[in-house]
Amino acid sequence: MFQLDEEQRLILQSVREIVQKEIKPQVATLEETGEFSWDVLRILASNDVLNPLLPRQYGGVEVSIFTFCMIVEEIARACASSALLLITQAEGTLSIVLGADESLKERYLKRLAGDSQVLIGVSVIEPNADSDILSAPAKAERCGDHFLLHGNKCFVKNGSVADFLVLYANVDRSEESHGIHTFLVEKGIPGLVNKRDEDRMGMRGSIYSEFDLDHLVVPSENLIDQKGGGFSNSLKTLSASRLFTAAQAVGLAQGAMEEAISYARRRAQFGKSISHYAPIQFMIAEMATGIESARLLTYQTAFLFDRGEWKKAETHAAMAKLIASDTAMKVTTDAVQIMGGYGYMKDYPVERMMRDAKLTQIFTGTNQIIKSIIGRNLTGMS
Amino acid sequence: MFDQTGFLPTKKLRDFQNKIQQMAREKIAPQALGVDEKEFFNREVESLLWDHGLLTLTFPERYGGYGKGRTVALCLAVEEIAKVCASSSLLLIIQAVGSFPIIHGGSKRLKQNYLPQMSKGRKLVAYLVTEPTAGSDIASIQTTAVREGKEYLLNGSKCFATSGGVAGIYSVLAKTSEGNGNSSFFLVDRESPGLSIGRTESKLGQRGSNTTEVFLENVRVPAENLLGREGEGFLMAMRDFDMSRPAIAAQALGIAEGAFEAILQFIKERHTFGKSIGDHPAIQTLIADSATLIEASRGLAYRAALLNDEGKNNTKFASMAKSFAGDAAMKITTDAIDAIQVLSGYGFLKDSQVERMFRDAKLTQIFEGTNQIQRLVITRQILKESM
Repeated sequence: MFQLDEEQRLILQSVREIVQKEIKPQVATLEETGEFSWDVLRILASNDVLNPLLPRQYGGVEVSIFTFCMIVEEIARACASSALLLITQAEGTLSIVLGADESLKERYLKRLAGDSQVLIGVSVIEPNADSDILSAPAKAERCGDHFLLHGNKCFVKNGSVADFLVLYANVDRSEESHGIHTFLVEKGIPGLVNKRDEDRMGMRGSIYSEFDLDHLVVPSENLIDQKGGGFSNSLKTLSASRLFTAAQAVGLAQGAMEEAISYARRRAQFGKSISHYAPIQFMIAEMATGIESARLLTYQTAFLFDRGEWKKAETHAAMAKLIASDTAMKVTTDAVQIMGGYGYMKDYPVERMMRDAKLTQIFTGTNQIIKSIIGRNLTGMS
Repeated sequence: MFDQTGFLPTKKLRDFQNKIQQMAREKIAPQALGVDEKEFFNREVESLLWDHGLLTLTFPERYGGYGKGRTVALCLAVEEIAKVCASSSLLLIIQAVGSFPIIHGGSKRLKQNYLPQMSKGRKLVAYLVTEPTAGSDIASIQTTAVREGKEYLLNGSKCFATSGGVAGIYSVLAKTSEGNGNSSFFLVDRESPGLSIGRTESKLGQRGSNTTEVFLENVRVPAENLLGREGEGFLMAMRDFDMSRPAIAAQALGIAEGAFEAILQFIKERHTFGKSIGDHPAIQTLIADSATLIEASRGLAYRAALLNDEGKNNTKFASMAKSFAGDAAMKITTDAIDAIQVLSGYGFLKDSQVERMFRDAKLTQIFEGTNQIQRLVITRQILKESM
């Protein structure tokens, strides 16, 4: 059903080589320090892998969403943090592609072309204010030819290392969530204060920053969605990022299963390899079955995006994110279990994968919220 | 016979539990995040545990032991401490596990010599059984003990030794002959020439506990350091499990209760915003399921502990308790992160206690026999009973 064409095959093959040769060897250090790896950025950028979705007219490769998902999966198989770097770039790129006018696209998308190392920081979209009690949602006021932004933004992906940010802010509070507008904000301008980077349990090679927006002046032309539709575009971007998270979770689970199988074959107890024992085989059987079903739903969803079936894609993306992240959590937890004491130690990658997997159940909407979305979309109830 | 918590038969035990609870909350809880983050063994907590007699609970009474009901007492102490810091509670468990072969296998003279040294001299014990190629399969250990006159000569490598680098005394399992029934325990002093500590492991969780390799290279011990008779090692390790598995269950129970308390606290705080999050169906399921798993874990853990104190066979219940409570703790802590994430957005971050509890819980599914091995033990016991 999912046959790769020659171009896809070549892309994936080269991504696999880069990841295995250049990225995998440094994953452990990356994770230990919890710092951003400029080296991984350089490797991805110099191999043209950082912005696969960038449209051709702005100098990009413009692969399909399906191909992009497979690239994310391949990278996450070795390093979820590095895959997150691509996902964040893609989210930022999609926000601009979907909403911005031509001059804004020219100005910003061209900066991503070729072996550019320009990074986009993306703030978390919070359409459900209920899940956001700690930070006051950022507010934007129109003042003549510019906007004035106030408030606090937490969990800005790539925040402190980005060159420019895609920020969501409410323009007119009376319109509730539909008043969400998207802004492109240059880093380093006054009023944009990087408070701190969060210390996280997993995906420690990626950056999550908190910003204060203190009388931040953004020129009007940097408003994406000049003609309105900001909310629906941000929902499309959010759906796409759920799909990408699903692809990341599938790759993560695949990587953990491969580690567990290879260990189970090597490890002998009671006179034979533990891969002979039924409890181990059952765990591996459940892993593989879970991964294959999550992968198929993820690919199916990617096709819906490529065909522009946004409405259906939204529910599918939520379902793919739910099953793939829950599968990744179970697979990585069982991978640690199969590897026993060794799995629990930092010398082996599966304990990291288990911590990374937890984040896939949480970001782009916790799985509890994701279930509400699926339920609402299917029943038509709000 | 029991009060509402199910298994607190005496006032003495209740008072004991209350005292530990207070001590844990006041003195152990505040350091839990720090030891996890820096991954270091906290000697101050160790002193505190000695002060409260918690590292000699299973010793004979005249050497500081709790006396009748010692397994239940050990479990209560472990549970209360694990609610706030699993690493600190592990120290109690490994002390009981490591001293078991000495208490139950040492000669009168050996005990008179060592038990006062350990209790008054505050010496920790490590339990050297696991080897790189011998985990659950204890019988396949490669470490050897060869009798030479009035001594044994020990050679081998041990790994994943809890308290390995901080102990003063080691209970070492070694092969004393070829074939079945071939292993025996020995008491080895830290100062023995030839004993060396290998590297300290870096772990996913329970990072405040010390886990190391220990090497034995031509270590000579007096023949009277043999614990039990030659060939009794495997049996003694199995009997040790009957005590340690209920204790691991109590640890898992404590971790689960700690995470559950954190969820409840968040829900109560949410009430102050004027909206009852407790009305949300997903939260109701989480609360109801977690509370049920906790009570079921408690029932199994203390039933297994009580049977052990009564001198009855508890192997089946010990394995049931250990695997059930470990799986429950894993589920509850996994869900707790999500719940707190939904409520506050902060479940995944390092300064939330639940992400540590989640990492700590995973170990309870692994050590003292993986939960897969426990199922094997349970089934064997049931088939044996039905013969």
